[in-house]
Amino acid sequence: MNKRTLNHPKSTTGTSRVDGRLKVTGGAKYAAEFNVKGLAYGVLVGATIAKGSIRSIDSKKAENAPGVLAVISHLNCPKIPGYAAEPAKAPIKIFYDDKVLYNGHAVALLIADTFERAQYAASLIKVEYNAQKHITSLKDNLGSAVAPPSDAEFKKGNPDAWQSAPFKVEQEYILPSEVHNPMELHAIVARWDAPDKLTVWDKTQGVKDTQSNLARIFGIPVENVQVHSKYVGGAFGSALQVWQHEVAAIIGAKVVKRPVKLMLTRADMFTSVGYRPLTWQKIGIGAAADGKLVGISHWATGQTSTYEDFAESPADVSRQLYACANLYTNNKILSLDVGSPIWMRGPGYATGTFALESAMDELSYQLNIDPVELRLINYAETDPETGKPYSGKSLREAYKMGAENIGWHSRPKKPGSMTEDGWLVGYGMSTGMFQADREPATVKATMNDDGSLILQTAVSDIGPGTATPMVLIASETMGIPIENIRFDLGDSAYPNAPQQGGSTIVSSVGSAVYLACIALKEKFQQLIGNGGTDKPDYAAVLKQHNLVKLEVVTDSKAGTEVDKYVMYSWSVHFIKVLVNPLTGVVKVDKATCVADSGRIISPKTARSQIIGGAIMGIGMALMEETVIDHRYGKVMNASFGDYHVPVQADIPQIEALFVNEPDLNINPLGAKGMGEISLIGMAAAVANAVYNATGKRVTELPITPDKLVGWGELS
Amino acid sequence: MEKEKNHSRPVEESDVKDNSRRDFLKKSALMTAVALTPVAAAKAAELHIDERIAGAFEKMPLNVEINGVAHNLMVEPRSTLLDILREQLDLTGTKKGCDLGQCGACTVHVDGHRVNSCLTLGIMVNGKKVTTIEGLAKGNQLHPMQEAFLKHDGFQCGYCTPGQIMSAVACVREGHANSEHEIREYMSGNICRCGAYPNIVNAIQEVKEGGMAI
Ligand code: FES
Ligand code: FES
Repeated sequence: MNKRTLNHPKSTTGTSRVDGRLKVTGGAKYAAEFNVKGLAYGVLVGATIAKGSIRSIDSKKAENAPGVLAVISHLNCPKIPGYAAEPAKAPIKIFYDDKVLYNGHAVALLIADTFERAQYAASLIKVEYNAQKHITSLKDNLGSAVAPPSDAEFKKGNPDAWQSAPFKVEQEYILPSEVHNPMELHAIVARWDAPDKLTVWDKTQGVKDTQSNLARIFGIPVENVQVHSKYVGGAFGSALQVWQHEVAAIIGAKVVKRPVKLMLTRADMFTSVGYRPLTWQKIGIGAAADGKLVGISHWATGQTSTYEDFAESPADVSRQLYACANLYTNNKILSLDVGSPIWMRGPGYATGTFALESAMDELSYQLNIDPVELRLINYAETDPETGKPYSGKSLREAYKMGAENIGWHSRPKKPGSMTEDGWLVGYGMSTGMFQADREPATVKATMNDDGSLILQTAVSDIGPGTATPMVLIASETMGIPIENIRFDLGDSAYPNAPQQGGSTIVSSVGSAVYLACIALKEKFQQLIGNGGTDKPDYAAVLKQHNLVKLEVVTDSKAGTEVDKYVMYSWSVHFIKVLVNPLTGVVKVDKATCVADSGRIISPKTARSQIIGGAIMGIGMALMEETVIDHRYGKVMNASFGDYHVPVQADIPQIEALFVNEPDLNINPLGAKGMGEISLIGMAAAVANAVYNATGKRVTELPITPDKLVGWGELS
Repeated sequence: MEKEKNHSRPVEESDVKDNSRRDFLKKSALMTAVALTPVAAAKAAELHIDERIAGAFEKMPLNVEINGVAHNLMVEPRSTLLDILREQLDLTGTKKGCDLGQCGACTVHVDGHRVNSCLTLGIMVNGKKVTTIEGLAKGNQLHPMQEAFLKHDGFQCGYCTPGQIMSAVACVREGHANSEHEIREYMSGNICRCGAYPNIVNAIQEVKEGGMAI
């Protein structure tokens, strides 16, 4: 495939997903779909107060309902061995005591022989509470925020420099809490095979991680826990930890001595598996008349729960993106009586970038410098935070490709000055960045005498299509067709691999696959002796030597390059919006996303990942918002009817472009991640386009029509 | 393991016939008038006298053809078609994404029309023909829409995909796939959180333009 095709693939370009057939035929099985023998069904009951304690639980009626096997709560829950050793700040310990930590905190588990019976009987459980005064509002309590244990403030030069610059922007931003809401509801099937042997089919982004956590919580050896998670129906961060419902199902299975299936409801998805935290931010940014930045200061306060100090450090991006002598960042967290947040696609950066790139846009209008030009003027050639060189950066090229593709030259210089069929037209853009990590990973590669190659590693795949690039890497390295290669994943019995999170898999596991294939080829060379071809007929060689297979287990991890370089993937988003001047409705008319994420290995799946992140970014910009009624501390819009995510009618064709410049300083493949950068920056690009269309700067997401109508120039 | 079925719950009527609870009902014909009242059934359940008897009272026959196979089932009237497919028949290709009619993951065809199986009680499809994603391909030969989804990468995680494909087939059959715009409108009941929307539109357009009878 030539470089040009890879720069701008179509939906048909490249190899189709190797696991696609099972997904289009209904053959792919997700966690809740393992109907093992003797299965019983669990349904959770959530607290209806935000803070306090349980006064009583009346479960008599429920226990007498048909098919009910058990009702478990703190009153009768068997002791969970690992809980005693948990640190003071830790994930919820389910059924541990009578405390209620947030509205929705699970207080009882009902198990019955069918799902319908479980659901009905759970509704008969009556819980009474001693409520205490709760605090759930971030906006009203910003003053109580504290520095998270992990993060101190950062200073380079003079933190107040921006204030004395001739051109400056001082602005506050609010990013509401968003919920991952993968289409697959979180679910687990838990089965005890012996008193100290556990098997789970679970929705998780890391089978090894879930395995070790469950072993710790239940006080059993790691090798006695089997975790299966071959197909995961999306997660975006929500399956990065062991949640209370997983522990509950496992306890339940122990109590009723049967396997238990527990699938959360969509409403549970808003309270029980984390979210992107509601965050307040402030930026002060100043520039000279030529556009050179004088200083950036960035403050951010995000919400967390009372039982965990979750911090995603959104302000950090402001000390990493632009060349600037004076930098200051300050991250804080605020404990509220809510459930804990968790990493969500583009954690920290998605939030921080919305503020920084909105501020840069505002500054560009003050300076009367094109927004792309302003970014080029302040282009960082080395890392502003550490002064170190980048492992690779082709962001300049990305700006150019994106601007060309969207037709940036047609952008109206004056906001609100262009219309199309009665709609206001606006163009906006933003940069995105995310660290490009490489984690340790181990791959077992087996060549069989029928010519098939089996690759095994304990990575999960939450959707990007991990197996496809892995098979392509092996195919190229070994010189055999992809049909002869199988990539096994999602099973804790396989060799170690990282969680699928933080855009690291192709870099980490892909490198391990590559190195395992090299090692396997060397083994063949030893067999053949000197002078043989580099890519022999493997099956024939095995037969010649009377071998049924040859296998290697290869470890791979980052080396000293991590001390030499700073490593990022980059993205640029260009957006054209149409805004209805009467109703304030915003339609994304065109979107162009350019990824500078090293070498592109699998264009078809890479393109889909970019498009998918961009769409989630459009949701972030225009519709997604979790609403809490602070009188009850309760999420009020916990359904797809009330919490809007983008649907077909909201989304145009989206162009995904790739610079496709290998970054060989980071791994032997030259490939970097793109799951996060696809989303990071989208919200700012949309907001900036809305400003260009209307002259209205929306700093509190989402940009719903009510925030645009009623504004002078629009009506 | 994937093939393992749950044998603890009788689902087929043939199973039920062999079941002692039927025998019990026959033998206690004289008591039927009393025993059949819901109150008595509820009481029996509450007292755990014989849970299986109570269970039988709560069930109704459901005769339905699913993917060309006739099923004679006994189901609770409150069971949704979605739960019957997934939990009783192990047809797990049809997905649960909300259970509230808000996401389309559970889309199946009933007598050729797309419906949300989570909003459909099992007993509502008595005497009808249901097609699920498992019944779309002809043996090894994929349906053109399945082929098009593969070719255009109309999915990532695959969880919304069965619903998208069932909806897409119906969308074309209904005559609602005449433009990108129309496809977007008529496919907006199927949420894809992975964001495969543009690829799904491309796949549907290709099938529509292929002009094949689907
Ligand atoms: S599960 Fe039926 S519409 Fe969502
Ligand atoms: S493919 Fe994952 S939700 Fe559509």
